Amino acid sequence: MAASPMRSPLGRVLGLGSAKEGVEHWWLQRITAIALVPLAIWFVIAALGMIGADRAAMVAWMHSPMSAVFTVLLIVAAIYHMALGLQVVIEDYIHSEAWKLGLIIVMRLWCIVLVARGILAVLTLAFAA
Amino acid sequence: MISDPRPLSPHLQIYRWQLTSVLSILHRITGIALVVGAVLLVSWFGSAADGAAAFAGFQGFLGSPIGLVMLFGCSVALFYHLCNGIRHLWWDTGRGLELKSVYASGWAVLVATAALTVIVWSIGLSRWEF
Repeated sequence: MAASPMRSPLGRVLGLGSAKEGVEHWWLQRITAIALVPLAIWFVIAALGMIGADRAAMVAWMHSPMSAVFTVLLIVAAIYHMALGLQVVIEDYIHSEAWKLGLIIVMRLWCIVLVARGILAVLTLAFAA
Repeated sequence: MISDPRPLSPHLQIYRWQLTSVLSILHRITGIALVVGAVLLVSWFGSAADGAAAFAGFQGFLGSPIGLVMLFGCSVALFYHLCNGIRHLWWDTGRGLELKSVYASGWAVLVATAALTVIVWSIGLSRWEF
């Protein structure tokens, strides 16, 4: 990376400046947002049909490959979008570097646990007898 | 954290409430509220995977007063975040950024949020077996 003439010697020595990852964060936030528009609308309509449903109805619903795939996509897109959004919130309000980093790591790990639990649940229902 | 007595810019409470700033902070607040929605979503499928009794228990929780309040809050947050999110995506194309359009789309988001909430809860409650 060519050193910008606009950067101070102190800034260069401290290694401060853009980590060059902002664009990817921004894009993934938008891509997941676009995916979530149809997925969220589909889910609200589908969930209205599941009011008062028992487990057998959930199994029957998830036996439809389209419904199972849409549900997995919804869980992945929603929680990825959530992780990106929560990261920005943490970065905006937590000013201690240690707390900021720690919270982002804990939040990300927790999001991975949620996604894993969600996908496994959908697969369990999809392949349930 | 004031380390020297330089004058500060006016604090937040000095400014007059404006639709633009209120809708902006609402986008963040509803986004944070939807963390609860994500947990409910995963727990719903998770309890179904755990078995019939676990799922019946979770469905019962969703139908309880606390569960219904949580569902209502999450649905309002979802509809607002969805509508205002579309508004943001539209802005990202470089359009609708004139002050007049920003206010018009802002009011449209509020009307759409209220309309979606009324429609979905009317259908939901009509299907509910009391």
